[in-house]
Amino acid sequence: MDLTTNYMGLMLKHPIVPSASPLSQDVNKIRKLEDAGASAVVLTSLFEEQIEQESRALDHYLSYGTHSFAEALSYFPEPQDYQIGPEEYLKLISEAKEAVDIPIIGSLNGISPSGWTRYAHLIEQAGADGLELNIYYIPTDPNLSSAEVEKMYFDVLRNVRETVDLPLAVKLSPYFSSTGNMALRLAHSGANALVLFNRFYQPDFDLEELEVTPQLQLSNSHELRLPLHWVAILHGRVPADFAITSGVHNHIDVLKSLMAGAKITMMASELLKNGLGRIKEILADIRNWMEENEYESVAQMQGSMSQLNVANPQAFERANYMKVLQSWRPDPTGRLK
Amino acid sequence: MKRPQVTIDGNEAIANVAHKTNEVIAIYPITPSSPMGEFSDIWSAKGEKNIWGTVPLVQEMQAEGGAAGAVHGALQTGALTTTFTASQGLLLMIPNMYKIAGELTSTVFHIAARSLAAQGLSIFGDHSDVMAARSTGWGMLFANSVQEAQDFALISQAATLGSRVPFMNIMDGFRTSHEVMKIEKLLDEDIRALIDDDLVRAHRARGLSPDHPVIRGTAQNPDVYFQARETVNPYYLKLPAIVQSAMDKFAAQVGRQYKLFDYVGAPDAERVIVLMGSGAEAVEETVNYLLQRGEKVGVLKVRLYRPFSLEHFLSALPASTKVIAALDRSKEPGSTGEPLYQDVVTAISEGLASGNASFSDMPTIVGGRYGLSSKEFTPAMIVGLYGEMAKQNPKNHFTVGINDDLTHSSIAYDPNFDIEADDVVRAMFWGLGSDGTVGANKNSIKIIGEETNFQAQGYFVYDSKKSGARTISHLRFGPRRINSSYLITEANFVAVHQFGFLERYDILKDAAKGATLLINSPHEAAEVWNKLPRKVQEQIIDKELKLYSINAYDVAKEAGMGNRINTIMQTCFFAISGVLPKDEAIEKIKEAIRKTYGKRGEAVVRMNFAAVDAALAHLHQIDIPGEISSTIDMPPVVPEEAPEFVQNVTALMISGDGDLLPVSALPDDGTYPSGTTRWEKRNIAQEIPLWDPDVCIQCGKCVLVCPHSVIRAKIVDTEDLTDAPEGFLFTEAKFKDFGDKKYTLQVAVEDCTGCTLCVEVCPAKNKSQVGRKAINMEPQLPLREQGKKHWDFFLDLPENPQNEHLKFSNVKNVQLAQPLFEFSGACAGCGETPYLKLMSQLFGDRSIIANATGCSSIYGGNLPTTPWTTNKEGRGPAWSNSLFEDNAEFGLGMRLTLDKQNEYARELLRRLSGTGDLAAGYNGGEEPLIDAHLAEELLSADQSTEEGITAQRQQVKALKAALQGQNDPAARDLLSLADVLVKKSIWIVGGDGWAYDIGYGGLDHVLASGRNVNIVVLDTEVYSNTGGQASKATSLGAVAKFAAGGKSTPKKDLGMMATSYGYVYVAQIAMGANDAQTVKAFLEAEAYDGPSLIIAYSHCIAHGINMAKGLEQQKLATSSAYWPLYRFDPRLKDQDKNPFQLDSRAPKIPFKDYALNENRYRMLMQANPDAAEQLFEQAQQAITERWQRYEQLAKTEG
Repeated sequence: MDLTTNYMGLMLKHPIVPSASPLSQDVNKIRKLEDAGASAVVLTSLFEEQIEQESRALDHYLSYGTHSFAEALSYFPEPQDYQIGPEEYLKLISEAKEAVDIPIIGSLNGISPSGWTRYAHLIEQAGADGLELNIYYIPTDPNLSSAEVEKMYFDVLRNVRETVDLPLAVKLSPYFSSTGNMALRLAHSGANALVLFNRFYQPDFDLEELEVTPQLQLSNSHELRLPLHWVAILHGRVPADFAITSGVHNHIDVLKSLMAGAKITMMASELLKNGLGRIKEILADIRNWMEENEYESVAQMQGSMSQLNVANPQAFERANYMKVLQSWRPDPTGRLK
Repeated sequence: MKRPQVTIDGNEAIANVAHKTNEVIAIYPITPSSPMGEFSDIWSAKGEKNIWGTVPLVQEMQAEGGAAGAVHGALQTGALTTTFTASQGLLLMIPNMYKIAGELTSTVFHIAARSLAAQGLSIFGDHSDVMAARSTGWGMLFANSVQEAQDFALISQAATLGSRVPFMNIMDGFRTSHEVMKIEKLLDEDIRALIDDDLVRAHRARGLSPDHPVIRGTAQNPDVYFQARETVNPYYLKLPAIVQSAMDKFAAQVGRQYKLFDYVGAPDAERVIVLMGSGAEAVEETVNYLLQRGEKVGVLKVRLYRPFSLEHFLSALPASTKVIAALDRSKEPGSTGEPLYQDVVTAISEGLASGNASFSDMPTIVGGRYGLSSKEFTPAMIVGLYGEMAKQNPKNHFTVGINDDLTHSSIAYDPNFDIEADDVVRAMFWGLGSDGTVGANKNSIKIIGEETNFQAQGYFVYDSKKSGARTISHLRFGPRRINSSYLITEANFVAVHQFGFLERYDILKDAAKGATLLINSPHEAAEVWNKLPRKVQEQIIDKELKLYSINAYDVAKEAGMGNRINTIMQTCFFAISGVLPKDEAIEKIKEAIRKTYGKRGEAVVRMNFAAVDAALAHLHQIDIPGEISSTIDMPPVVPEEAPEFVQNVTALMISGDGDLLPVSALPDDGTYPSGTTRWEKRNIAQEIPLWDPDVCIQCGKCVLVCPHSVIRAKIVDTEDLTDAPEGFLFTEAKFKDFGDKKYTLQVAVEDCTGCTLCVEVCPAKNKSQVGRKAINMEPQLPLREQGKKHWDFFLDLPENPQNEHLKFSNVKNVQLAQPLFEFSGACAGCGETPYLKLMSQLFGDRSIIANATGCSSIYGGNLPTTPWTTNKEGRGPAWSNSLFEDNAEFGLGMRLTLDKQNEYARELLRRLSGTGDLAAGYNGGEEPLIDAHLAEELLSADQSTEEGITAQRQQVKALKAALQGQNDPAARDLLSLADVLVKKSIWIVGGDGWAYDIGYGGLDHVLASGRNVNIVVLDTEVYSNTGGQASKATSLGAVAKFAAGGKSTPKKDLGMMATSYGYVYVAQIAMGANDAQTVKAFLEAEAYDGPSLIIAYSHCIAHGINMAKGLEQQKLATSSAYWPLYRFDPRLKDQDKNPFQLDSRAPKIPFKDYALNENRYRMLMQANPDAAEQLFEQAQQAITERWQRYEQLAKTEG
């Protein structure tokens, strides 16, 4: 049985890849991921903002109050060399490359045009096998048009594409007026793969303190529907590989994703919740399922249930919406389901 | 041989040599020598080696006395050892210095000479300290400049090894220790050439060893001590020649030739000034100027002051000398003259008597004092002095540089006289501490010094306040060596980095004719002229100044630099001054930025680059109209209603004109009026808190935490508000027992520092706009005028005294207590001052405060204005500072006086009332002078409550009335002592440097004494005042100066040590974690009739935190059990209860969640993550273990 899959030119032994998460924070953890059977690793993201912020904070606190009072011209010993900047991250890439055989995919979350290209270049130099551009942008300014937001995505991608030769994936938001057109243009702008979708973490309200509080909740299988839907629509129409992230928790989720057209599925919540052993369990379940259903390879099923390949393409479209709404029936017990 | 030209200050210059030539370095912080220890610590931490290829071992000690002891021990076992110190620190070393010299031990102590505390403390430079140590038997070498400070560090090291006599290598504090100067740096091979390894090995061989044991340090008796003391004479006789030989060797190696006495001047000079230190530079410069004008003058620079070589001195003086003025930078009251004068008189007399002098007639010798506490010593004064020396009978025992209208010692001079050369660029920059001006100027002078052929000098003058501080940078550069060891007064470039300064200071008085003026202006270029005060316009026209302006704040904001306008103004300076071609200058500025900020990350470098690139596009030259158009006048320095002393004396200090005050204007014994900060309206906050009465719940937290006492509350009757000014806010009082009274909360808009602690702590949120609270920050300027009226009206409203309805026993009520500590110069958001303010609210009217030297003595007692103040009855804390090391004892002494006086007063009361055992002692049994009932009431008064104290005050008033006019000596005595019958509180206040380190021995003794004193330790966990050096209160894993690699041992548990006595009240508190516990602890401590110790977590600028979040950090410190709250009250034992009460809950968060919000911990994580992880783990373990111990203690039955 052949579980191998080709994700933006990287031959992976199967389609389960741990996504950017604390699971890949240090080289020991990456080693554990390989031991657990991961076919590749997407490293935790390098945040340009964090680097900038740390640098500015260090500068601020080393400068604050200095040269003001004759007895205390400074408050800290003048520095040794600080590891402010991407050094730690780059070290992680090179150490990981030394330590494991599976492909290492860097992940970058930039904020400035120069930041995207500078850090992409450094990540390539450090030896990464691929790079995922984690464009996390919330357009809170109502004056900003969708065209301007989209342009920002393309600019980032083109600039990085010109800078590095690495296989490039773009992790994108589900909130575009025309997701398909976005995907197509990203592919034309140099993306080798598209990762659907970035999870946007909406904050919560604390009514006691009247404060807005950040909340991070792990995903569940329900969240698979959205990327599944879009991969199925885009597969075969957009010249890029797809990865599904969010909501992949078991072999069924993986199989669905592959059939929609994904080359790989990315997983973090499930592994954080139930341990790295889940990779092997899910792989075994996939094998069993494929055996029972007489599939020979993953390639065989990839895209088999995409919109292009299903009997009823309307299932992905507006008509389906109507059907879904009309299908709801009240629970005979009177409770809402 | 090519040596690098470096632009560094005296401290760095000396430390370079000291670190290269020693094996052991014992350090302790004291201004202005601290940086020498800091450099040594950092270099050793980085693994930099001495000339023998090994890294010197640096050890911080608990005091200078301890440092001297450690040095003595290290020397006695054969290590090359040094230390750095100044002022009181040197005094603490004196006992060891006698021993080290008596034992003929080679060492050099490097001294940044500083004033001694007498009528007041001063951190600035003079020779009082080293002169106090001149009898120790140490060689004394005086450097006059940064170059010489470095050179003499090496020469003294060579000489001490060659002679076995220990040396003080002395430079002037601040003027040399902090002056940045272009110098030629010595190479390792230069140092090697001067140091003879055989002598080093001989030193080592003299070290104590059980392998060849000797005994040293015996006790000697009258039979031999005297003779033994004389055995060292040959070493001293040989010493001058050894020093000269080292100087000659140095000259052969390096090229700079020094003599024991260097003469500069006319070979046939008739008038010669003799002096040492940086002042000699100014005299040399003036002499050169006078020589060109044909004057027969000279200066003799004393290099080796001890031993004083008569022979060399006499031979250095021209035979033509007729008048000698010996100048001392110290004062020895009651002497026949200051030390150098006496030496000169002796030397000349002996020289003439022995026929060794080159002149046959006794010259006129006069002596005088100059430059105490870094008082300016200028060519104008020097020319004045030469003028005086030309008189028939020149004044002796004179002073120069001040106006002594009391004993008329001062000599006259023309203050406007100036000899600055035209080809020297002289630039002055007026900035705020927080805007980075000084840092940028240090970079500028380095660029000029190291990238051009110019000689360069930078000197920086700082404010006496820690918040909103003003800085003035003085930069000179020119083609020749710069001897000008004084401030610039004829600047050809003046930059004003804060527009508001133009209204407050006469900045342009120091601008030369035709100078360039650069102003950072918030106004458009076209508007700048109209916004200038009238006087400034007048000066610009009269002096024909060229005017440039830039809105640097806009540029800085755009570049993400906040209010740091430093590199922007620096770029403008280079562009306008033309010292380098523009592009080259920008390139060099960027290089300097990379060098200074590169380690802090690319983002910071890019941000600064962006600011530099944007600067010049915003720089505008302003056309000067021919006429004055402004109607803006400079406001009076202090308001008209200020008291006479404040008007006549304090105001001049505030405006920067304190130098003009004559001797008679100043108190003769260091006694100053209390409560003067209220007259110095600094207006430093850009935003101030504005109260929203509708949202306010009147909890009082904002009042409690305000570090500067600018937020206050009162409850008043409605009729009190009848004449309230427009917009004066008040609301219904939400207090029990206050019926329909009104509550008002007001802000001293001109005194606020804008720290925002009040907003942070406010728990009341606006229900319709949760981002707003009951206190919100708003721009100050639009609120200023109205706010001033509101504040004045508020102050006149009646206070809320304690009574049966109002007890200051909780946070809510305490807000109504008048603070008697206000508007200090502490840092914005200071974590210490809220505790002191609370103490002043609760007990200020009956307190005497002994304050250890440190932050609290500086913001508490630094002139011009001081914050401890009085209430309407004229009562308030009486405050004094003795020293750093003795504060607990100082406070105990106060208690002893009160106890003794109280005892005596009670005895007198009994005698004079005919009651008690001592009745017979009174006047042979006549009618008692004092009513027996009154006496009994006075003697038995219960003063445990405020009402009791108030009642006792009334009774004392009655007693005084009864005693008034009585002639009986006992009655007069009792009248003079009557006030002690009212309860008094002694508060002993200081920081952790004092309590944990230098003053611990005394503190321990005072606790053990059992006397009723209250000790407050404002624990910032570092020596904050001297810039954040580690103390024993510093926590494990924190980075501090002297602990650059993170402190590797846990914080000392001072509280638990104190509880071990069993009879000491101990509380560990953190206002931000539990304000109610804080109030309770203060009340209990004061009420306890025995020693009390309060250890108060004080967040600090040296923690590297957002000061607005200081209280939040206190909360986290407690939540993590890093800072558990507890009270140990011995009285509970009498009630069969456990005296130890743990007031905080079990840890809720790990240590790291608290620690990593602070730069002191985070920077170790960034510099050395592995070591940080390890230290944090150890820290966590120590915290957990301590918490378990405390929990056990708390569970123990009473």
